[in-house]
Parts: sequence; structure tokens; C-alpha cells
Amino acid sequence: MNLGPHAAFILLSYGAAILILAVLIAWIWLSHRALKRTLAALEERGVTRRSDERRKYR
Amino acid sequence: MTALAALFVRDIRIAVRVGGGAMIGVLFFLTIVALMPFAIGPDLALLQRIGPAILWIGALLASLLALDRLLTADLEDGSLDLLLMGGTPLELAVAAKALAHWLTTGLPLVIATPVFALFLNLDLTATAAVAGTLFVGTPALTFIGLIGAGLTVTLRRGGILLSVLVLPLAIPVLIFGVAASNAAIVGPLPFGTPFLILCALTLVSLVVGPFAAALALRQGQD
Amino acid sequence: MALIDLANPSRFLSFVDRVLPWLTGATALAFAVGLNQVYLAPDDYQQGATVKIMFIHVPSAWLAMFGWTVMSVAALGTLVWRHPLADVAAKAAAPIGAAFTLLCLITGSLWGRPMWGTYWVWDARLTSVFVLFLMYLGVIALWRTIEDPSRAARVAAILTLVGAINIPIIKYSVEFWNTLHQPASVMRLDGPTIHASILIPLLVMAAAFTLLFVTLHFAAMRNEILRRRVRTMQLMQAQAAPGS
Repeated sequence: MNLGPHAAFILLSYGAAILILAVLIAWIWLSHRALKRTLAALEERGVTRRSDERRKYR
Repeated sequence: MTALAALFVRDIRIAVRVGGGAMIGVLFFLTIVALMPFAIGPDLALLQRIGPAILWIGALLASLLALDRLLTADLEDGSLDLLLMGGTPLELAVAAKALAHWLTTGLPLVIATPVFALFLNLDLTATAAVAGTLFVGTPALTFIGLIGAGLTVTLRRGGILLSVLVLPLAIPVLIFGVAASNAAIVGPLPFGTPFLILCALTLVSLVVGPFAAALALRQGQD
Repeated sequence: MALIDLANPSRFLSFVDRVLPWLTGATALAFAVGLNQVYLAPDDYQQGATVKIMFIHVPSAWLAMFGWTVMSVAALGTLVWRHPLADVAAKAAAPIGAAFTLLCLITGSLWGRPMWGTYWVWDARLTSVFVLFLMYLGVIALWRTIEDPSRAARVAAILTLVGAINIPIIKYSVEFWNTLHQPASVMRLDGPTIHASILIPLLVMAAAFTLLFVTLHFAAMRNEILRRRVRTMQLMQAQAAPGS
């Protein structure tokens, strides 16, 4: 594919798009993993939310 | 005297007494205008050309600076709670407060403008145009700022956030204020077109500002 | 499952868990088709190959506005129905919308360099997107300043709605201001002259970007719900701790 005289700008824009979206996706995914881990740790220590108390006394 | 008039008079009295700070805005305005030649050089022709813009930016920043005290003092001494619980509609109460605030901070800026215009080598038409647009435009700045003040009043360091939130909303007022001034001085455009749009912006902000600020105060409490 | 059931955060979580793989797959597929179309699209007779930047610039501009629309609808949900899920939706949309707005600005200025000769021109459209970006940052700053989530949601909702009223006014003012200072615009996309060979890849890319937005928004909403659970549990743990 011939990108003409301004190939650098086209590649830079696509690079910027990939970079920004990758950072966004990574941020959401990594914080999801971290949250899951924190929740599991809290539950292991026996902390429950009010709506979960039924489960606790079962 | 009705509750609203009492509130209005009280706010004006607080602003003009010692420590009220009604004149600090004008002083700030003067400082900004005095700083400009140091930044861009004492070229009178250039200063004359961008004079309206300098005056408008100065007025915008000066009225922004004063917004912090629009509601904070009332929160601190508890009178904001009285306003929230009182029988007067909160929208009217904050509108009266904003009006008093404009009379003590916005109007002095407009009155001082002809003096400051001298420093920038503006002629009579230009001075009148800038003062006129500021007279019409500064109420819009105060009432837009009222929204930001309502949103950030309960925050500990709300001052900077207030500026960040309010400035983008004030862009249209700035655009049409400067455009109308320039139209009167050089512009191919007749003065009336941007000036009337500026008036419309002010009228819209007079309506939207109190409602949004009252909503923010009600929702922000607890 | 009825739509109303989604209003319950736990049900919403299981719904997202079920839907997210499908959405991710659909997004990947749409991007594969779209990028292939972009690869095959002919060059513009005026702009040459730089027209390829448009295929990411225009969808991000669309999502920049779509993001604020999502936030405004969620803001109505917050203020009118006081619904916690609306709070979550509004908060999750803000950074995603800001990211697409930033992408729109970056690609716009990279497009401007070959077309205008400079990276930044105070062009009406770029300038209004820039103001929109500032407003996104303001909303995010407000979210991050208020600690109590439900109060933050209500305050941010008011700012979002005031912004929604103001965005058309800002857009109009900036266009007026621009005609005063810069008589002719170099970049013209609008108008009926756009050719189908360019339009179809553009639409496919817009659809792919929208799917990506929806996927990310769902995932971010799930994160936000989990974050609130963690917060509640930590508060309860602190309350239950001895010596309190």
C-alpha cells in the first residue's frame, strides 16, 4: 500500500489510536482484576455486605 | 421589607464593609491591565488593537476570582442552611445573592473600564463599546459562575475547581463580548449583531444560573 | 429477563458477565472488517492517502459527542429517579469519552499538519472539540473531588446537564468567532460530495468504534459497581474493627 508523501502522519495517527485505546482497555481490565482480587480477599476475611448476610448464616 | 430584599441589602452591606472585598476585584483588574504591557511590550498601536480583549480577559478573571466568596461565607456561618429551609424559593434567593454580588463586584469593573482604557490607548468609541459590552456581559459571567459556586460550595478546595468548571462555560460570553467591541471599533460587522447575541446569552444565564445553582445546592447537601 | 431487572446492580453484573464476551467478539469482528475496508479504500483525489486519518478521526469525534450524550441521559436518571446504576453509568462514561475526545484532537492535528502546514489551527471544529475535552476533564475532576459517591453523582449530573445546554451554544459561538478571524476553512468533509468508496468504510469504522465504546462502557460500569462494593465492605470492616 502506497501511503504517499505523508505516510508518517497516517502511521502516527493510527499509532496514537492504538496507544490510547490500548491504555484505556488495559486500565479497565487491570482495575477489574485488582478489584476482583480485593473483593475475594475481603470475603475471605469474613467481611460481608448487608445484602449478603443471608448467605453468611446459612 | 420582604425576605428577598432583606437578603439583597444584607449581601451588599457585607460586601462593602471592611473585609468584604468588593474593591479587590477592581484592584486585580487594574493589575492585569498593568501587567499586559510588560508581557507584550509598550507598543501603543498593538495595545490599542488588542485592548478590548485585554479588558475582557481582565474582567473575566476578576469576576471569577470573586466567585469563591459568593456562597462560601454563607455556608460557613450557617445562613445557607437557613436559605435552604426558609420559605423563600431558593432559586429567587440565590438570584438575589448573585445580583447583589454583581452590583458589588461586576459593576465596579464596568465603571473602572474607561479609566483603564486610557492605559491601552483606546479612543472614545472603543471605550464606550468595551464598557457597554462589559455592562451587558458581566451579569452573565456572575450568573454562570453562580452555577459553579453552587456545585463546589461544599468542597474544601473548591476554588481552583470552580475556575476550571466555569471558564469553558463562559467562552461564548467572551467571544461575543470581544466581537461586539471589535465590531464597534474596526469590524466589518455591525455592532448590533454580536451585541444582541451577547444580550441573549445574558438573559439565558439569568434564567439557567439560579435554577441550576439552586438544584446544585439542594442536591449537594447531606 | 425483563429490562427492568437490569436496574438491580447484581443482576446487571451477571448480565454484563454474560454479554461482554459477545460484545468483545462483535467489536473485534467489526474492526477487522472496517480496517480491511480502510486498507482497500481509494485515495482522495485532493488529499491523497491522508484521507485514511479520517477513518479514525471522524468516529472519535462522533464518540466524543456520544459520550456526553450518554452522560446526560445518565444524569437525568440520577436526578429524576435517583438511580444508583445511572450514577455508575455516568461515572464510567466520563474517562472513556475523554479518551475518544483526546484521540479526535490528536488525529485532527496530525491531519492538519499536511493539510494546513501546522499542527494546530484554531479551526471552528477543532476548537469546539478542544473545549469539549476541557469540559470532560472538569467533570472527571469533580467526580474525583467529592468523596461520597452518591453526592458526587448528583453534583456531576448537574454539571453534565448544564454542559449539555452549553455545548450547542459553544459550538455556535466558536463557529461565529471562526468566521470573523479565518474566512476559509481548508478541511471540508461535510456535504453530499463524499463518495461511497469513502463513506462505506467510514460507516463501518464508526460502527466498530461505537461497539468498542459500548463494550468499554459496560466493563467500566462493572468495575465501578465492584469498586463501590469494595468501598462498602471496607467501611463495614472499619466499623467492625475493635476499638472503634
